Amino acid sequence: MRLHVLAKATSRLRQAWIDRSEDGGYRRYVVYMAFVSILAVFALILWDDGFLSWSNLLNIGRQAAPIAVMAVGMAFALASAEIDLSIGSTVALSSLVAAVMVADYGFFVGALAAVLVGASVGLVNGLVAVKIRIPSFLVTLGTLGIISGIARNMNNLQSMPIRNDTFSALFGAGSLGPISSLVIWTAVAFAVGHFALHHLRWGRHVLATGANRASAKAAGLNTDRIRISALMVSSTAAAFAGVLLAGRLAIGRHDLGENDLLTVIAAVVIGGTSLFGGRASIAGAVTGALIMAMLNNGLILMGLEVADQLIARGFIIIVAVALSMRAPSESVGDDVP
Amino acid sequence: MTAPALSVRNISKSFRAVQALDDVSLDIHPGRVTALLGDNGAGKSTLVKCIAGVYQPDSGTISVDGTVHRIATPDVARSLGVETVHQNLSLIDTLNVAENLFLNRERTRGGGFGARIGLLNKRRMLRECESTLAKLGIVIPSLRRPVGLLSGGQRQAIAIGRAVAWGQRIVLLDEPAAALGVEQAQRVMDLILSLRDAGVAVLLITHNMDRVTAVSDNAVILRQGRKAAEVELDQVSKDDLVAFITGAKAG
Repeated sequence: MRLHVLAKATSRLRQAWIDRSEDGGYRRYVVYMAFVSILAVFALILWDDGFLSWSNLLNIGRQAAPIAVMAVGMAFALASAEIDLSIGSTVALSSLVAAVMVADYGFFVGALAAVLVGASVGLVNGLVAVKIRIPSFLVTLGTLGIISGIARNMNNLQSMPIRNDTFSALFGAGSLGPISSLVIWTAVAFAVGHFALHHLRWGRHVLATGANRASAKAAGLNTDRIRISALMVSSTAAAFAGVLLAGRLAIGRHDLGENDLLTVIAAVVIGGTSLFGGRASIAGAVTGALIMAMLNNGLILMGLEVADQLIARGFIIIVAVALSMRAPSESVGDDVP
Repeated sequence: MTAPALSVRNISKSFRAVQALDDVSLDIHPGRVTALLGDNGAGKSTLVKCIAGVYQPDSGTISVDGTVHRIATPDVARSLGVETVHQNLSLIDTLNVAENLFLNRERTRGGGFGARIGLLNKRRMLRECESTLAKLGIVIPSLRRPVGLLSGGQRQAIAIGRAVAWGQRIVLLDEPAAALGVEQAQRVMDLILSLRDAGVAVLLITHNMDRVTAVSDNAVILRQGRKAAEVELDQVSKDDLVAFITGAKAG
């Protein structure tokens, strides 16, 4: 009896292994291997600089958090074969909205308003992309500029302080035991994203729409609504990342998140999400964000000049993406009988 | 003869300057296989897409069981019991076999709340997928494998299996055996015959005259968007069919 169960379990494991290894092979795991190897390399060469110290690891976690939250959202946009270039400016707008609203209405309304502003950015992005049939690449390039301008006008390029201890504690500065609230929010974003992608009908429909919109339509899916919702998830996540940055720094500012777009896209793509739709990994996106933060941290600790950091990071990202991306033709059974 | 399961009346459809369908009418009957024939560009796929709700005809009506319906979306067609295997337009490569079979018909768990948020019941879908495919004699090594990794024959078998599993009444097949090997094409033809025997109304598009004569009861021939002929297959020869298609002979 026990043997029988064991045999069944092994054969199931074996089948899962075959399924997985054929579906992208080792590439699926590149992001985790990259994470471990970069961690190991830094741990070795930066041993004396305290790379592995609790405080430094926490530092990396804190840095990674907003990127990871944005990456979870971006994974859905990419999964639906859209892209959201406006996330950086949405972060800034969200931080400013939070700052304004927290001052008058408290932490809860402040955070809620910021996130709702993000959701409406996504709604506008999605509606324009779908109804006027402009690629989301161009729509969000436009809204990137518009929102960035609005954010700059909101407080004349000045930082807006946030003096609300609850807000700061909840969204960045505080911690639960030894674990920063930022890390907890990252875990929440991962759990929600992973669940939505794998266990909700909506997640499957996002992937179907991204993989083959015509087929998805023929199967009766409302691909317009799905694409809009995916862009809304992306901008809502970005707005929440804005809340986290506002909480950690206790300010709202027009340039928060400004340079995060490419970092986020790199994190998501290294994590195994296709730039062309139909394939996404939330765990990969979060791990990708951790890799980005780790690189940042490690290269600074190594004492590299900013210019050299940029160069080193660029090379590492290219190598990681090259290893984790798959050529589209590889996935289709070419051996049609 | 039984009343038609599906009647198309005077359907026209144009794409800008191109008149793809011009006043086409046809009936398909329960328990019969109707072949839809015609050269490339004759309007066969356009007609199927109009019936399936992918395109909207400019004029004309479609009725199911004698009632006229406006098939505004593929969902409406499905709810009327019309299932379609489109040419190159059926499966999602990155989803697995079970997910494809249940695309837009996902089984949920967690009661009413689960159904509302769309909480997937993966185990049930895998189980039902397995039994459905087994019933149809379709063998797929693993239902958890993305269909993009399967062979052309397996993919087509799944696409047809999906239509067959859900299409209890009317099934439209657009070139279901194209790009298949001999043995697999034969499998597909067997499936079509068993559908017919189960009382399903089948509309079959194919270029292969041998297959037409082997499985079809009657044929509608389109030529440049118009209906060129409608014949019972036991009354014409293969050469006649070819003559209708090329226009050498008028109906």
